[in-house]
Order: sequence, then structure tokens, then C-alpha cells
Amino acid sequence: MNRDNDKGKILLRRTMIVAVGAFVLLLMLIFRLYYLQVYQGDKYKVLADENRISSRVMVPPRGSVYDRNGVVLATNEQNFQALIIAEQTPDLEETLNGFKKIIPLSNDEENKIKRDIYNNKKFVPVKIKDNLTWEEVSSLLLNAPYLPGVFINEGLNRTYPQGDYTAHFLGYVGAVSEEDAKNDPLLMVPGFKVGKSGLEKTYEQDLRGQAGDIKLEVNAYGRVMKEIERDKGIPGEDLHLTIDSRLQKFAQDAFGTESGAAVVLDVHSGEILAFVSVPSFDPNLFTTGISHKDWNALLENERHPLTNKAVSGQYSPGSTFKIVVALAALEAGIIDENTVFDCTGSMPLGNHVFHCWRHWGHGKQNVVEALKNSCDIFFYEVALQLGIEKIAAMARMLGMGHKTGITLDNERDGLIPDSAWKIERYGEKWQQGESVIAGIGQGYVLSTPLQLAVMISRVVNGGYGITPSFMKLSLKEKGKIKKLPISRKNINIVKKGMFEVVNNKKGTAAGAAFDLDGVKMGGKTGTTQVRRITMEERESGVMKDEDLPWRLRNHALFVGYAPQNNPHYAVAVVVEHGSSGSGVAAPIASKILQEALRLNI
Amino acid sequence: MYKYYEAGFKSRNLSLKEKFFNINFGYVFCIILLAAIGVITLYSAANGNWSPWAYRQMVRFGFALGIMLALALIDVRIYLKYSYMAYFLVLLLLIAVEIGGHVGMGAQRWIDLKLFKLQPSELMKIAMVLALAKYFHSCTLNKIESIRGVIAPALMALFPAALIIIQPDLGTALMLLFTTMVIFFVVGVQWWKFALLGGAGLIFAPIAWHFLHDYQKSRVLTFLNPERDPLGSGYHIIQSKIALGSGGVFGKGFLNGTQSHLNFLPEKHTDFIFTMLSEEFGMIGGTIIILINMVIIAYGYIFAVRTSSYFGKLVIIGLNTNYFMYIFINIAMVLGLLPVVGIPLPLISYGGTVMLSVMASFGIILCMDVNRHLNLGRSSFGDE
Repeated sequence: MNRDNDKGKILLRRTMIVAVGAFVLLLMLIFRLYYLQVYQGDKYKVLADENRISSRVMVPPRGSVYDRNGVVLATNEQNFQALIIAEQTPDLEETLNGFKKIIPLSNDEENKIKRDIYNNKKFVPVKIKDNLTWEEVSSLLLNAPYLPGVFINEGLNRTYPQGDYTAHFLGYVGAVSEEDAKNDPLLMVPGFKVGKSGLEKTYEQDLRGQAGDIKLEVNAYGRVMKEIERDKGIPGEDLHLTIDSRLQKFAQDAFGTESGAAVVLDVHSGEILAFVSVPSFDPNLFTTGISHKDWNALLENERHPLTNKAVSGQYSPGSTFKIVVALAALEAGIIDENTVFDCTGSMPLGNHVFHCWRHWGHGKQNVVEALKNSCDIFFYEVALQLGIEKIAAMARMLGMGHKTGITLDNERDGLIPDSAWKIERYGEKWQQGESVIAGIGQGYVLSTPLQLAVMISRVVNGGYGITPSFMKLSLKEKGKIKKLPISRKNINIVKKGMFEVVNNKKGTAAGAAFDLDGVKMGGKTGTTQVRRITMEERESGVMKDEDLPWRLRNHALFVGYAPQNNPHYAVAVVVEHGSSGSGVAAPIASKILQEALRLNI
Repeated sequence: MYKYYEAGFKSRNLSLKEKFFNINFGYVFCIILLAAIGVITLYSAANGNWSPWAYRQMVRFGFALGIMLALALIDVRIYLKYSYMAYFLVLLLLIAVEIGGHVGMGAQRWIDLKLFKLQPSELMKIAMVLALAKYFHSCTLNKIESIRGVIAPALMALFPAALIIIQPDLGTALMLLFTTMVIFFVVGVQWWKFALLGGAGLIFAPIAWHFLHDYQKSRVLTFLNPERDPLGSGYHIIQSKIALGSGGVFGKGFLNGTQSHLNFLPEKHTDFIFTMLSEEFGMIGGTIIILINMVIIAYGYIFAVRTSSYFGKLVIIGLNTNYFMYIFINIAMVLGLLPVVGIPLPLISYGGTVMLSVMASFGIILCMDVNRHLNLGRSSFGDE
């Protein structure tokens, strides 16, 4: 049977089937191409870009801070870093040894460098050392041929040229804490610093600026191939403060070794001219990372250099509060210029006896004399008649007992008590005796040095409700300052008393008086106890302050202003445990005011 | 009972010049066109450099073109006469490198000829087709349809395939077996035998799975789910799909493929060259490559149909199937339709071995077509 023909026919038929099968499969490939490249093309384009584009944040330079005369208070300093790229050095060990001959490295530093190199890809630059001096940079560059893979990079470091003079209001910058870093990619840049306290923190958003963005093309191993796009970002805004750095420095130095605070205000605008809290600290320590030793030294110092005493320190205002009580009494009509009380050295109330600081008394006093002598009995009587509510109302009107609204985040409220407060706080009725104590600024009354400066400013500027500010006021803002409902006549009576305090030979601050071509100052002293004097001690004779340990000595206060006729500057000085308002605080205030007048800010 | 034809009874022997002008130049043109695209793509793969790939590939192609022409112009009867001998020689070579690879040559499965690496498994693809063609050429249809008739050719395929599997080169072995099956199919082995084989395959697949190397298992699993291991074995296929897909319709432009030039795409000059080409030239470029290959394969079937000898037809179908398998497996693999099996795209991927084997196949196909009117006898051995 010859099936040769069939053999050929079957071959032809089956070949056709195979050919059709092959073409169907190849067409399927074309359809698959269409599916991947057209139908899903956009999806894969995104994925391809995600592969190749790496965005890097460009850190904007932080805004500088200037004083009112354009003196730099905070700026960015070039920071020279030595970096190494592992793949560009043939022998890492040898190169590091060569480096150590020029700039010594501690074992810790060296281990960290090696760890960083090990943990990164070989072409990633690793920091060897930063904050290099010019000399170090130049000797590194000279030796560059022997240091393959080492190069110098230029970064920016925050620096405070005035050091500890500006620490308390400027604050400082530091590393971003984890909770801050949530949303902003800029904050995740290694080594990025944000304001941690003071104005650096308050004006963080303005100072920081807008991050730039560099889009880089990277290959599969992460190596940068080229730059695709660059958005430069917006540099941070500069701040121009009302501080006068000359006065600031002078005022701080005036404290010598004392600790405390001083605030100088322009009485018409509330602009802060000097803002001192001593002892201070060097904020530059924080920008480069403070050592444990330095940090502990700051923390353990009993004079609390890290505390901003001008806004966080709450002190009994003591006799400086008599300005408020006198004004309140005059406004209420309880006394006038001529009303006289007789000071015998003590005043019984109920079964308690209140003493004047002068045991033998001041005799008959009107309000001007009472201020001049800082007579306690006069103000006990006045406070008793006036009642706490009216005292409190005047104190609050003058800016006490609540935050002044200064742009510092650690400001405290102070405390102006009244009967409602006492019921809420202690659940008890207000006692008359407590009004008496409040009349001389003791007891519950608390105030920050800044509040004292605001209070004296509001009085001496003729009763205008200025608020303290580190930023210059525009004319419009100055126009918005409200006149407080206090009569000019009464203000002048109180001012007369304050003039006598300094310029009368028997005034409590007579020793601090000055006369610069007829320009004089006025003010009020205050000395407040920080310990309770027991009845026994009073009978056996009160211990002298200089015999007590520092931390038990009295606080010394002074609020003052100048010139007397047309006040321009107001100052509040608190010297912690300074013993005497007249002996310690008044001379400091006097020096500061003289310097302000001399500088003619 | 059989009719014998004297060689040359129907057509006389052709002169060399006649043979040369009998070569189908459309076919040759498509081959050169593909190779030229390959060289250009390799130039791009090296980021616009002739070295290390493009120049060398050009030289190789020139050499391979010479071999193709030589194979096209030799006497067609030599193929029929020496088919079995070629098969056994290649089989010996395969055994030699298998043993040598184990003993002294550091697991090397090729013989280095400087410009090319001679890989016996590649030669086996051709030798097998020739040997099977010769076998079926001399068979009657009755014998083909009998069980006994298919056992010998099945063993002829299984033995070298087993040797190649243990190399291990699963891709080449599967190609060899698949080509064998296609030849079995076209010569007329009954459908039900294939169905039986398929059934047996399903039963034995789990057992075969057990014998796969770990990396082979991983490739198959990754093929089934590339996201299984996106940075490991799935990386290739994911990056390949991203490169392809992002090319869009018109591509990113010559030398502008980001995935390729930034090294996200692995093996861009060898197995994944189609991906690179489609990234830079888009769907248009990819489709053109497939279309040119369809033309080449179509030519093959036309040659097969118009060749008068059964041997010639079978040789062309076998080698054409082989070429189709390269194209289909490679492209389907980079498109994520098949597991990554390490099959290059002939004429375009960098590499001498496959180019040599494919160009030799084209030479033999052309030779069959050049001598298409020549009627070769049923058997050189004088069958029963």
C-alpha cells in the first residue's frame, strides 16, 4: 500500500497548523507589548521615574538677627568639614593616620568614622571632623596629595557673636526632636537645626525659610548621575530687633557677679532696649552640640543660668508695688496729695501687729514722703481703706498679674491676688490683713521683672497702655496704643514721690542719683524677704542679711526711669538675694539709665 | 513496490553561481536587518560606545554570515548523507564536555574558539533536526504511525536532552524536546499519542519538580508571582516590565532609556536586550522586531512548502521551529509571560554561540531552498 502521497499531505496539513500556531503566539506578543506599553504605560512611567529620580532637600540659609543698629546678634557661619569618600582612598587606615598627623582624632571619633563608612555605600561621603579652623583647612589642603579621598565641604553653622549677652532672648537652635520632624522633609535633613528657645523658637517659621529641592538622577546603585532640576527655595527672613546691643552689654556687665534680671523699655513704644537675665550662658555651645560636662554645669548651677529670669522669674515686687497702691488710692479718691498718716513704726490689726521697716517710725507722712521713705505704715493704712479689689484692678491695668504678650514662650503670669482668686485657690475668704501685706507688695503678689518694667513705663509715660516688644512698632501700631483711665495729675504726684526717692538726700535711693546736665532719674526701691522672720527673731533682733547664706538673703529691686521731666527710658532691676534695693539694685539701674541717656537710643 | 528516482532526474545539478543566485535575498536581507538593529542596540547598551559589544558583535556577524553562505552553497546531499554521523559526533562532543566539565574544565560547557564559544548543546539542536529529518524521510507513514516507529527517534531526542538538563541548561533542553515534538507532530504522529504524553506529563510534573535545582524552582515561582521577591529573583522581571512599560508607544529615544542606562535593567545586552530596545524605541520598535521575525519565520514555512524533498521540508520546519522558539521564549520571558530561562534573542543579543547556531540554521534552510527542485531519494541505505 503506497501511502507516500498521504505522508506528504499530512506533512503539509500539519505544517499549516504549526505555522498558524506560531503566528498566533507571535501576535500575542505584540498584544502583550500593547498592554504593557500603552494600556499600562503611564503606571510604568511613574515607576521608572521613581527608580531614577531622587529628590534632595536643599537647606535654606537661616535668617540672621540684628539689633536696632544693624549689629549682628545671630547669623550663620561657614563651617568647614573634612569628609572622606571611601572608594577614592586606596588604603583607608593609612589615610586616616595621615589625617591624624594634621588634626588629632579621638578613638571614639575614629571608630564612628569607620562605622559610618561601613554602614554606607562606598561612594557616600562620610564626615571626619567639622568646625575646622582656617589653619586646619589650609594644612589639610596642602597635604591633599597624601590624603586621597579626603575633601573639604562648606556648611553653615548658627553662631551668636554676642555670646551670652543675647542668650536669654534669642535662645538657641538645636537638633530636631522626633516629634517635630513628622511632616516637613526639611526637618528630616540630618544635622538640620531648629529654634529651641527664645526668639529663635518664636520666629522659627520666618527664620527658617522654604526648603529648596534638587532632583537628581541616580542609577541602580544610588550613584548620582546628573542634576535634573533645582528649586533654590527661599532663604529665611532676617529679624531686626529693638535691642541695642551696646546697652544690652552694658546692662549685663552692670550686674557684675550678681544674679537677677533687668529690662529696659522705651516708655512710649514698649520697645525692649535691653533684656538681661544673669548669669547667662553661651548659646554657641548648643549649636555644635553641648558636652555633658558643660550641660551638667549649667543645670547644677544654683543661680540657674538657663532660666530666663526676666520673664520666668516671679518675685514679690515689694516696695516697688507702692507705686501701684499709691496710684490706686489717688484714683479712688481715698487720699490726695495732702492726706497724712502717722507712722509710729507699727500698726495693730485684730490680734496682729504690722511693722514698718523702720522700727521707730517715720512720723507724719503724705503720699510723696511715704514713697520717698518707702514707709510701710502709710501703705498699710491706704491698702486697708482701699481694699484688695481696687489695688488689683490698678495693678492689672498697669500690666501685672498676666502675661505681657511678649513673644517668648516661657513667660510666666505673675500673680495679682483678689478675693475671688483666694476662694478659688484656697477656698477661703480674703482677710483684711492680706490686703495690708499686699499694700507693700508682699504676700501673694508676684511679678516678673518684665512686668515691673511695663508697670513703671505705663505710669511714667502718662498712662499709656504700651506692651513690650522685641519688634519695632510701626507708626500705625504706635497710634493704637490706648490711653489708660488714669489722671495725669495723680500720675504726677506719684512721679514726684519717685523723684524724691532718688533725688532727695533722705530718699531710699539717694545714693544712686545722678545729674547729667540737669537730666535726672526717678524710681522706687524694693527689698523683699525670701524667708519668714519669726516673732522670736524679731524680738531678739533680726539677723543681718550679710550674715545669712546667699540663697536666704533678701531680693533687691528697683524700678526707675529717666529723664524725670520727659521720661524716655524705664528700667526694672531685680537682683536675686541682692540684700538691698537701695544699696544694690538702684545703683545698677542708675548706671543703666545713664548709659541709655548717653547712647541716646 | 517503491518508486526510485535518480538524483538529477527531475533537475540537473546546479553550478555554484546558479546556487548563489538561487539564494533568497529577501530572507538574507531580513537577517542582516535584524543583526544591524542588534548592533545599534548594543551600541546604546554601552552608553553610546562601539566597545565592548557592538563592534565585536559586528565582526562576529560578518563571520557568521560567511558560514551561512558556505552552508547554503554546499551540496544538499551531504546533509542527508552525513546526518546521523553529525548527530553522533555532536553527541560525543556533548558527552565529552559533560565529563570534561566535571573533571577539568571548571564546569565549563563550551569549547573556546576565541570569536565564538562552541557549545555542543547548540550544535545538537541542528544535528537533532537533521537526524530526525533523515529518519522520517526514510520512514513510511505506517511506520510513523506505529508505536515502534517513534521509539527510536524519541530516544534520539531524550538522550541528549537528558545530558543537557544535567548541565544544567533547562531552557535549551526544553527547546530541544519541543522541537522534537513539533517534528513528530508534522510527520503525522497521531493526536492521541500527544494527548497521552500530555497526561503522563501532568502526572510526572510534580516528580520532575522535585529534581529541579533551587534556582530553577525559584525562577518558576517568581514567574508565577514576581512580587514574591522584588529585590531577588523577581527583580529582573519587575524592572524589565517597568522599562518596557515606561517606553510607551514611541519610546524614550535612542540612548535615552533610563532603566537601561542607569542599570536598573539587568542583562540589558544579552537576555533582556528586547526590553532595552522597547524602552528606547517604544511599542513601535518592539513590534517591528517581532514583525521582521514573523517575516523570517513565514519565509521558512514558504520554503518548507515549496521544497520538493521530504527531508528538505522537515529540516526547514525543524530549524524554523527552533528559531521561532528562541524568539518566542525570549520575548515572552522579558514581557513576563514565561519564566526567566536564560534564552537570548538571536541576532540581537550579544553573544557568539547562539548567533553561530542560528546563522548555521539559516544557511542550511537556504541550502534546502536553493536546491528545492532536487528530489532526494527515499533512503541512502535502501530501506525495506
